[in-house]
Amino acid sequence: MRPPILKLNNISKHFGPIDVLHDISLEVRSGEVLCLLGDNGAGKSTLIKILAGAHIPSSGTIEMDGEVVAFKTPRDAANRGIATVHQFGGTFPLMSIGRSFFVGVEPTRNVGPLRIFDRKRANEIAVAAVRDFGITRIDDGDRLVGGLSGGERQALAIARAVHFGARILILDEPTAALGVKEAAHVLRIVLEARKRGLAVVFITHQVMHAMTVGDHYAVLIRGAKAADFKKGEMTREEITDLMAGGEAMAGLEAQIASHTGHGREASNPAESDNVTKNEVRHEDRA
Amino acid sequence: MSQRIGPSSTLKISLGVAMTIATQLGGFLRRPEAGAFLGLLAVLIFFGAFGGLSFLQIAGMASWLNVAATLGVIAIPVGLLMIAGELDISVGAMVPAGAMSVAIISGYWGLPIYFGIIATLAFGVLVGLINGLMVVRTAVPSLIVTLGSLFAVQGIVLGLSVLVTKSTSVALKTEGVAKAVFGDFIFGQFQVMCVWWIIITAVYVYFVHFSRYGNWIFAMGGDKVSARNAGIPTERLTVTLFVLSSTSATFVGICQAILYNSAQVAGGQSFIFNAIIAVVVGGVLLTGGFGSVVGIFFGTITFAIVTQGIYYTDFDRNWSSLIIGILLLVAVLMNNTFRKMALTYAPRRK
Repeated sequence: MRPPILKLNNISKHFGPIDVLHDISLEVRSGEVLCLLGDNGAGKSTLIKILAGAHIPSSGTIEMDGEVVAFKTPRDAANRGIATVHQFGGTFPLMSIGRSFFVGVEPTRNVGPLRIFDRKRANEIAVAAVRDFGITRIDDGDRLVGGLSGGERQALAIARAVHFGARILILDEPTAALGVKEAAHVLRIVLEARKRGLAVVFITHQVMHAMTVGDHYAVLIRGAKAADFKKGEMTREEITDLMAGGEAMAGLEAQIASHTGHGREASNPAESDNVTKNEVRHEDRA
Repeated sequence: MSQRIGPSSTLKISLGVAMTIATQLGGFLRRPEAGAFLGLLAVLIFFGAFGGLSFLQIAGMASWLNVAATLGVIAIPVGLLMIAGELDISVGAMVPAGAMSVAIISGYWGLPIYFGIIATLAFGVLVGLINGLMVVRTAVPSLIVTLGSLFAVQGIVLGLSVLVTKSTSVALKTEGVAKAVFGDFIFGQFQVMCVWWIIITAVYVYFVHFSRYGNWIFAMGGDKVSARNAGIPTERLTVTLFVLSSTSATFVGICQAILYNSAQVAGGQSFIFNAIIAVVVGGVLLTGGFGSVVGIFFGTITFAIVTQGIYYTDFDRNWSSLIIGILLLVAVLMNNTFRKMALTYAPRRK
């Protein structure tokens, strides 16, 4: 087996007296999708913030390519090739595709003594990069990012990360806000990224989506790693039960998930109640 | 077959031409300056209908161009700050501060005019640095920070002026090149400021819309955290923009003092709201991330025509604020519509 590109050794994180993460060890390999599962408030966000350099762990070490690294800022992590894509793509809604793709690294060309932003080239590269990931509906780099669908924005953000040399892609709930069809698009993009040899950390609480793309799974419960297993070692029901920690919610969530193939449809009042409550708890943690 | 191609292809071509025009019109409407341009058109038609076209003749043009130029030099950096998600209202104090400083240094004390100009601009840079650093280092919203510096600078200007000159108004006599460059009339009617305004606007257009730095400003206004993570020096850029706006305001003050041969402590407050109106009418989104220099340029002209155009109509000039208020509301609603069009725009499938 290939050595892990990223390795977490006994990572713990507490904010004051509150223990958020406890003794987490994980391995991420290139060409593999690691699914980080857990209910809202389980500590997934904190863990990815540590990976992305936004939080510094209270104890434990992070290794990249076998050497211990310390990320002080998100910049450090980004320079090491770790890219985080957030739920809404984290891009600029009122900027054009071409412009937002190249924020901070704008291509320029010389016109007389002036260096000007090369809009045409930026648009071409951005559109090509997104189309490479199978999103062929995007063909005009002048369109505003805010006008794209949720899945297209995810694709744009992932394509951007890959274009700028990301080796580890952290996807924070990329399918949570999407419809079934859009979610399927994003899952396909995740598989495409894996095919290109990227290491993908896929954070979700939707077991169905995790089952579709994951090679390796880790389940977080209340800040601790409750399980760590490979594809095919557990059934969906077992994972769902595990995630919910045996609460009554587990049955309900699995039921809804199996009905719609998508656990977060707000049409079910019980389900949306559950989400709100959990999100409040989640914010308390953060 | 070949006989059929003739007429149908003509039809296709004319259809194509019509669609291209429609696409270009649509493309224009999706631009941030579309609202400002249409607003300007509406205002021109309104005053043309009620006051005749005399405000488009030389004398009439000079009256609103002078207002627009003075406001425009300040409105653009204020607008850029707004695009970047910040606000600077201290410009209201920086205009009289600039005028008084140069008048005291070069008029009251009689030091060389260039020394006065440079020292005054340096004061503008200093206040901008303080504003910018306070906004960047503290989490206090820029509206509050610059509200503080607005009053602080007003206090300094009034206090020091009375302390030094025992007066709130100082005369300044300027001659030669400095007078011609900073505060004279061209053709006896147009202030030199008009030329400055056009040059400065051109420079801003280049930096904001053609160089890569403009992209940084829009990114910062769209999502500051993402922009910083993408490697944009957001703090340095914010401070730079604050320095630009307060220095531009002192520059306007300097030019006014040289033009009118005197400076007063009072006045300048109107620049705060006027600049914001010009910027918002010009299509800049109050919450940042969207706008254009050309839009601000048109917004400034629109505002100036409304304030001056009223003199060319039979209306009582007391009504001009009503027109400005309506203009602002209509412009904002129109800009919202155009922005929605821009967001939902997707090219038709080929």
